[in-house]
Amino acid sequence: MTIDAFLSSPADVSRRTGPNDQIVLSSRVRLARNLRGTPFPGWAKKADRTKLSNTIRAAVEGLPSMPGCFAASMDDLNSLDKLILVERHLISREHAAKNGGSGLVLSRSESICVMINEEDHLRMQSLLPGLQIRQAWQAIDELDTLLEKKLDYAFSPELGYLTACPTNVGTGIRVSAMLHLPGLVLAEQVNQIIQAVNKLGLAVRGLYGEGTEALGNIFQVSNQMTLGESENDIVERLIKVLAQLIEHEQNARATLIEKQPKMVLNHIGRSYGILANAHSISSKETMNLLSLMFLGLDLGLFPTLERALVNELFLITQPAHLQKQFSGKLTAEERDVLRANMLRDRLLAVKRPTARFPGAEGPALDKAANP
Amino acid sequence: MICSVCKKSEATVHLTQIIENKMQTIDLCESCSKAKGVDDPTGFSLAAILLGLGASQELAKPGASEGIKCSQCGFSLADFKKAGRLGCAECYVTFADALQAPLKSMHKGTRHVGKAPQTQQPILDYSEKLRSLQKKLEQTVAKESFEQAAILRDEINKVKELMGQPKGNP
Ligand SMILES: [Zn+2]
Ligand SMILES: [Zn+2]
Repeated sequence: MTIDAFLSSPADVSRRTGPNDQIVLSSRVRLARNLRGTPFPGWAKKADRTKLSNTIRAAVEGLPSMPGCFAASMDDLNSLDKLILVERHLISREHAAKNGGSGLVLSRSESICVMINEEDHLRMQSLLPGLQIRQAWQAIDELDTLLEKKLDYAFSPELGYLTACPTNVGTGIRVSAMLHLPGLVLAEQVNQIIQAVNKLGLAVRGLYGEGTEALGNIFQVSNQMTLGESENDIVERLIKVLAQLIEHEQNARATLIEKQPKMVLNHIGRSYGILANAHSISSKETMNLLSLMFLGLDLGLFPTLERALVNELFLITQPAHLQKQFSGKLTAEERDVLRANMLRDRLLAVKRPTARFPGAEGPALDKAANP
Repeated sequence: MICSVCKKSEATVHLTQIIENKMQTIDLCESCSKAKGVDDPTGFSLAAILLGLGASQELAKPGASEGIKCSQCGFSLADFKKAGRLGCAECYVTFADALQAPLKSMHKGTRHVGKAPQTQQPILDYSEKLRSLQKKLEQTVAKESFEQAAILRDEINKVKELMGQPKGNP
């Protein structure tokens, strides 16, 4: 089966939901593992990498917990399909650049993905919608426990799981969540919050865009340290911080509605106006404006709009997903026009946002729950 | 501002993170930030970049074991400075001394805590035992109870043998 036929449609992906997914878009736990006796991928010879990649792929594919999975060598995938996988957060940009000698195994539900010979021999991740860090850790822990019976992991009692980069040595774990924080951005509190979270040894960065720029008001929070702290402690610490971040974001939204309702309504109304009427729009601008549509949706300003539609627009307006819908290589300018056409078309049936926030009994924000 | 990696191009990406209560900043140009995976949050780690710069300069102190190569994979410290990555699992043993300081600065501790493969469990138990015996030995030597110390040394050697490690000096 081709990866194209295997992957769920953007519409199906967009209907996935999880706890707290208005603010926590997704939860991910990734483990780095290597095998004894073969150099790390970046230093191994091509022949060794290929041999190892086949061995690991067979081991992962054969697990009882991976029925109906998709498995391939990276040179079996074309560059567009690889970018689609990146846009779905299933593989890293580095892995998309790999060819023969590297591989991929993706579970039927697409929630578990194993990258073979990325920076390490194995990079396995569990990705779930909403706030499900503990569940993601359990899922990947189980997979890892099954795999350790088949593969001889490089492990030292002193330093734990040995990884190509010393920043991952020990547990080899990276626990992260993708957060949508438009309230904190509009309230100009987000930098303060980032610094506070940094002090706890966690990294915060914009998920899209370069450097400190966070396109679509989407941030990723993750642990930095992997040695000297157990997986459970890392997981629980992140969960605690996420609960605080959710609260901060909710408070920021409540305060904005109370103190600066016009400013918020103006941002949301304009973003709808542009998305529904533009004739050329970049992927960056689309992300930023869709973020404000999400906010409007959360605040009850779009009574007829379904969340899944905004999710879908967020995905299918990204470059590879957009390219996928059209044959022939598109220039950036052509993409901007096609993106705008698609947005106008899909938003045709969506009524413009209401001019005021729903009353206190409305679903927007429950202040009692946010003392 | 000039890029701290290539030292040629204008830096457009500025990163700040607090590691171990110290503010660490790094300025990168467009192409170096891409090369370092800064545009890809799943692959990027400031610590990894810093390791490739500052920490590796520390490694380059005169007299450092620059020429040593890993017996398993042929990797050298110079390679590590270039790549910021090690060659193989055995490199952690080969370059243990050079890695000590950077590991300490980038992590919470210097000893692994957490999951271990089931097959490693006996070895882990032994190394736990070994550590406690070694501690006891130190105390005994300090108290100059040499008879007791000799017994402890024997025990330590026995555990080391079980772990497949070379025996210590008598
Ligand atoms: Zn540069
Ligand atoms: Zn080596």
